Amino acid sequence: MNMTELKDKVDLWGTDNNSKTRTSERVAVDISYRAHDYNLAVRDCNLYYSDFQALKNVNMDIAQQEVTAFIGPSGCGKSTFLRIFNRMNDLIEGCRISGDIHIGGQDIYAKDTDVSLLRKNVGMVFQKPNPFPMSIYDNIAYAPRTFGIKKRGELDVIVERSLKQAGLWEETKDRLKKSALGLSGGQQQRLCIARALAAEPKVLLMDEPTSALDPISTGIIEDLISELKAQYTIIIVTHNMQQATRVSDKTAFFLLGEVVEYNKTIEIFSKPKDKRTENYITGRFG
Amino acid sequence: MDIKKSNRKRHLDTLLTATTWTFAVLTLTALMFIVGHILINGVPHLTPSLFEMRWTTENVSMMPSILSTAMMVVITLCLVVPLGMFTSIYLVEYAKKGSRYVKVIRQATEILAGIPSIVYGLFGSLFFVNFMGLGLSLIAGALTLSIMVLPLVIRTTEEALKSVSDGFREGAFALGSGKLRVVFRIVLPSAVPGILAGVILATGRIVGETAALIFTAGTAPNIPQNLYGSVRTLAVHMWSLSGEAFHTNEAYATAVVLLLIVLIINTVAAAIAKALNSGRIK
Amino acid sequence: MIRRARYEQELRDISDKLVLMCRHIEVAIEKCIKALVERDADLAQEVYEEHNLIDKLEREIEHACMRLLVMEQPVAGDFREVSAAMKMITDLERIGDQAWDIAEITTQFGDAEYLKKLEHIPQMAIIVIQMVKSGVQAYINRDLDLARSLDAIDDKVDDLFNIVMADIIALVKIDPDNAEQAIMLMMITKYLERIGDHAVNVGEWVEYAITGVHPKEE
Repeated sequence: MNMTELKDKVDLWGTDNNSKTRTSERVAVDISYRAHDYNLAVRDCNLYYSDFQALKNVNMDIAQQEVTAFIGPSGCGKSTFLRIFNRMNDLIEGCRISGDIHIGGQDIYAKDTDVSLLRKNVGMVFQKPNPFPMSIYDNIAYAPRTFGIKKRGELDVIVERSLKQAGLWEETKDRLKKSALGLSGGQQQRLCIARALAAEPKVLLMDEPTSALDPISTGIIEDLISELKAQYTIIIVTHNMQQATRVSDKTAFFLLGEVVEYNKTIEIFSKPKDKRTENYITGRFG
Repeated sequence: MDIKKSNRKRHLDTLLTATTWTFAVLTLTALMFIVGHILINGVPHLTPSLFEMRWTTENVSMMPSILSTAMMVVITLCLVVPLGMFTSIYLVEYAKKGSRYVKVIRQATEILAGIPSIVYGLFGSLFFVNFMGLGLSLIAGALTLSIMVLPLVIRTTEEALKSVSDGFREGAFALGSGKLRVVFRIVLPSAVPGILAGVILATGRIVGETAALIFTAGTAPNIPQNLYGSVRTLAVHMWSLSGEAFHTNEAYATAVVLLLIVLIINTVAAAIAKALNSGRIK
Repeated sequence: MIRRARYEQELRDISDKLVLMCRHIEVAIEKCIKALVERDADLAQEVYEEHNLIDKLEREIEHACMRLLVMEQPVAGDFREVSAAMKMITDLERIGDQAWDIAEITTQFGDAEYLKKLEHIPQMAIIVIQMVKSGVQAYINRDLDLARSLDAIDDKVDDLFNIVMADIIALVKIDPDNAEQAIMLMMITKYLERIGDHAVNVGEWVEYAITGVHPKEE
């Protein structure tokens, strides 16, 4: 079923009816989301790694300016699912994907999608802090430079704003020219968040962002997530149930490539509907 | 709980320790002997006349050879580094993992690495010197050496590229970089120390090479006028001198200089390797 | 940056609601006693509204506490704070019920003159209002001394209770026809005495929240 047919049936993507205008807009400015309209919608998503099916018929709507947590045992497909939104799975050989994945009403797997621009709009933070082996300043300026911002003044503004957003400005403002690798693990991860924010994304994907960090740094990053959700749609993959409850508004429980349950976090953790969810979150899995 | 070491185990321990010590000492002694031998026989004959700019049958100066060696190194590296680097970038960053093509290239480099240098000399003599008509020349020698050290450069560069954490690549891609930008702004800068170490190892090979050069660059003892002139590098110079009964002392003196150059190159390589390791994140 | 800002905010919300609940209880007790003294049926009816609001606040706080327990998994002092609040509101809700019970009784005296001037009952009311306020205040301010003082104050309430009871027994002995009104007054007095006991319970939970040991465990 293609998009237009689907749209004729039901307005699944929450788009307005003048989709013609929207298409012409897209041609003009490529992927540029409207500030109020970058919710994520996934329909019938199947994903294969060669012969292995990693995602089975996943359907999900993710609201903007909310934190959504993906939980589930290792290998359940939650990280894979996270990576479909910035098409990081493209980098894996033998990875095939079917279904419709839309962000802000646009098919991100359409032929005319510029993956670079998609990734600019859908930032990502990884499990292990991965600051580039360059200065703090250059790390933050990396994405703006990629997208053609070369003027020193402009970059200075972006660097300061991004570091402030990530709560790292006070700690680093006097050592911007120093190597980013000299920062502590928690600082490095906040630097990676700042680096992603510098690209001015609309969506922020976080793949177990605190699993390599100590409890204090974890707490700082969790607070940061709560602050950032006012401006960004955030999806976080986590193995830590407490983290899911502390930071997220909605939670999806994945098992063997399927979404078992997706609901408000309070509902999932106080009265899960599926026995498998209950078993997992209470630690009685298996 | 009996946690005492048995007698048998204790004796075996002593034996093994003694063996390792013995061999370590033997190796060290051999090295000391060679270095000592060269220094004792060479240093007294390091006369100023050996460093005159022009070679004559009287002074048998090694200065022209030192300069020729430098030229040979620079030209060979200019040829081999881009070739080797781009090959490795292709192999590591672009080629599909496990493709047949990559396997063939890997196999070929392995084989090239295992060929004795005299064979390269013979090939260079037949192909560059005769077939291409370059004659015994600086350029023919450099081309031959390029092929000889190419596997080394490819392997070290490959290792250097592979050792760059995938996290950097992922991070850069996730920020919207294209492949080219990822390779040239993120991967390559991080791999520079490793690549440099490889280049220095290659330099060492070039400086020490004789067999491949005798048939391709010849043995003309003075600085060549152009790329097509015959040259003798320091190693070849030493080989020539030792072939002539009258100049054994000068040969030793040359050996001292050669030893010194190789030592410097190795020290620099070690320093870079150390910098590489300390600069990387855990 | 304030650490765990969301948690702190939710805890503050709970405290705010507790204060509000306490105000309503105060008003409810005041009104039911005033309704008794001034024989004001309308005022008695107003207590019903207060009682409803108190019930509603109890459910809200309960919900907020449960949410906090699930979502933030508080431990140590944080855990005691939330669980103490959950226990306290049960007592506070009972106090609301009792105020309403008193208000209901006040409407049943009809036009009959009181057997004697109501003197000790308003006194009791003033004390128990103060006790409830102290209990909640001790929770908000983490005031251990204030929480522990409630037990002693309750003794005064009990003394007054005994005085009233003795009076009523004497009145019934004088004239058995007084029994009907005497029983109603006795019930009101008993409710007030119970309110005092609930306030003591509140104090005990505050002590648990602060020290980690419930005084009845000792």
